[in-house]
Amino acid sequence: MKQITEQQKRKDDTSNQLIRKQDIILIGAVLFLGLIVFIVMQITKTEGSKVKIFIDNVEYKTLDLNIDMTEKVELDNGEWNLFEIKDGKVDMLDASCPDKICVNHKDIHYNTEDITCLPNKVVLKITGGEENEVDAVAN
Amino acid sequence: MKSKKVATYGLLVALAFILSYIESLIQIPFAVPGIKLGLANLVVITALYSMGAKEAFVLSLIRILLVGFTFGNPSTMMFSLGGGLLSWALMSIFKWSKLFSIVGVSIIGGVSHNIGQILVAIFVVDNINLFYYLPFLLVSGVVTGTLIGILGAMIVKRIRNILR
Repeated sequence: MKQITEQQKRKDDTSNQLIRKQDIILIGAVLFLGLIVFIVMQITKTEGSKVKIFIDNVEYKTLDLNIDMTEKVELDNGEWNLFEIKDGKVDMLDASCPDKICVNHKDIHYNTEDITCLPNKVVLKITGGEENEVDAVAN
Repeated sequence: MKSKKVATYGLLVALAFILSYIESLIQIPFAVPGIKLGLANLVVITALYSMGAKEAFVLSLIRILLVGFTFGNPSTMMFSLGGGLLSWALMSIFKWSKLFSIVGVSIIGGVSHNIGQILVAIFVVDNINLFYYLPFLLVSGVVTGTLIGILGAMIVKRIRNILR
């Protein structure tokens, strides 16, 4: 009886070999998928002309990327985000959020690129010019 | 037997809690929302292999609620829930399929944890562009998943007999 469990254990150990062929295939498949998505993103990106600011999913305002400026968005709950428009690019300078992911994010200028501050629910999003004017007329 | 299980749960919850805290102290240089080391996943995967899928689920849920109430806020807790549940579900399925080793299971756990968080974020912030982080999340999930998987294999090998 003891011998059987011993054998069983040994069998378990070999079938639990640290990295199997399937694992390598899995790694390859995930990395390949990442590469494909990345390439598609690179091909489809275009330069934007405006930045839209959303607070808690509601559009707050739209700013022109050609006008350099610095603005602080202050939320009702005391949280804030400070961002800058310079040389046609938008960058988050500082924020009250705990993780500072939005602050560490690189500056953005391509269409549909965005900086999202999840804790504060503040989103800076690049858009194209024409689309905005249509929106403005519709509003 | 039952008290042993209670003690094991307590031990693993405490460990997951501490690992989550340590993780919150580590700043990752290339910051992309959703990227995490997934240290706490080490405990979930240990539970998955040494106790079972149900136990891993309970542990994962308790950890997320505890950490969410202690260090986070309702929105970060929702992201963690999305990541944690998707990651637990896929890891359980991958383990059950018996095709992959603990490293493969950990990789799918890491990747799906990142994807789950971004899915909740897309829903909460209503910003489909978060999808653009996907390539980074996939790659980071593979890297951290592999490391956590190798560590997990070492731990499981040593404590499996104690926990059962």
